Amino acid sequence: MTPSRVAFAAILGKDLRSELRTLQSLPAMALFSVTTFVIFRFGLDRTHLSGSLAAGVLWATLLFAAVLGINRLFVAEREEGGFDAIRLAPIDRSVLFTAKVTALLIYLLALELIAVPIFALFFLDSAAALGPLVSVLLLADVGLAATGTLISSMAVNSRARDLLVPLVLLPLVVPLMIAATGATEPLLALGGPGYHRFGTWLMVLGLYDLIFALVGYAVFDFLLED
Amino acid sequence: MYGKGLKPLSIAAVAMLAVSLSLVFFYAPLDADQGFIQKIFYIHVPLATVALLGFIVGGLFAVAHLRTGNSRWDAYSYVSIHISVIFGVAVLITGAIWAKASWGHWWVWNEPTLVSFLIVFLLYCTYYPFRYAIEDRDQQARYASVFAVTAGAFVPLNFLAVRMAQSLVHPRVFATTNGGLPGSMMLTFLCCLAAVALLWVTLVKFELAAKSASGQVKRLRRAIDAPSTGPSSRIAPEVS
Repeated sequence: MTPSRVAFAAILGKDLRSELRTLQSLPAMALFSVTTFVIFRFGLDRTHLSGSLAAGVLWATLLFAAVLGINRLFVAEREEGGFDAIRLAPIDRSVLFTAKVTALLIYLLALELIAVPIFALFFLDSAAALGPLVSVLLLADVGLAATGTLISSMAVNSRARDLLVPLVLLPLVVPLMIAATGATEPLLALGGPGYHRFGTWLMVLGLYDLIFALVGYAVFDFLLED
Repeated sequence: MYGKGLKPLSIAAVAMLAVSLSLVFFYAPLDADQGFIQKIFYIHVPLATVALLGFIVGGLFAVAHLRTGNSRWDAYSYVSIHISVIFGVAVLITGAIWAKASWGHWWVWNEPTLVSFLIVFLLYCTYYPFRYAIEDRDQQARYASVFAVTAGAFVPLNFLAVRMAQSLVHPRVFATTNGGLPGSMMLTFLCCLAAVALLWVTLVKFELAAKSASGQVKRLRRAIDAPSTGPSSRIAPEVS
């Protein structure tokens, strides 16, 4: 049995390498988010955003951009027989879950590294809120990566895979979005960042991350059986 | 085998519902504040409670299915969720009627319990297209169970998040420290809860019996080589 640490590094390295070489997810996600910001600018007819509107625009855009990446997360495994290889390999199968969650987490962080500064450039007056926003982004990304990996691995083996991810994932991440926008809203308020119930929302995010990471870890084995 | 005990169970459910409804209309006092419309709570709240518990029970059956690999648990899980989704429709409708009478709107967004129930309901609605999209029966059963477990964990979490996000306008009759409901209302409510729970169990049993019967018919038809008649559902699990 290969140690889990080695297997984890191998799968994660494989994912990141193939993404770097093919660039099939990240540029699309980034481009999508920038285009969506532009559409929001004209759809809302605002050049400056603050408070709940800013939080909503940011999180809706990030969520839909994430769905693009989540859709493609297991496509290579399915098309190139990666699932069979994982099943044959003498490794713990949950390693695939943790590696994929980490890969998706890195994609999301890279996406936000591009999308959030552009959002600030387009809509915000000052960048003062971006510092504390990092903690919200990090916690929300962990939850999104855990649920996204779980749903993606289920959807990829179905007939309607591109349809299923948004359909099942969106209701599932509603609590995550509530907490993330709840924490972001005072941060982006007019007249400097506020911290109204900031800690509480971070705790809800952390609880969501914990529960879905555990659930995903526990049930992932059954998705690989054949 | 699923048909066994169905008759007494149905009779008990009908009798219990009749008793509860007569209690609601003739025994429970009129609410001083809200008047007659408050009586819809005796059916709305039990329906919601039973639907949510049914979702969680479906998740527990799914855990049993994943642990044992016995496809009967998958059928139990499917039917539990199925009946709970139907109850969910009734919850949303009765809730909207009460909201219209009490608040003047069919739908109120800043009402946490309403919104969180809608989110749970929407998530479980995706259970059907999700099942439908997977062809292989074993895989379908396994994936559906994973979905049911995940969604079962989601139910309490969702209520926490939505409740924190919004103001508290939903009447919380049991949460108040000094008394809450008077005894006669409490008795009526508990009676209604028992009746609705019994109705849920009866419907689940009916559905299982119907599935088992149609599965048997299909097997017998196959045995005598007759063409199957009627559309067969590809979503629903077969019960042996």
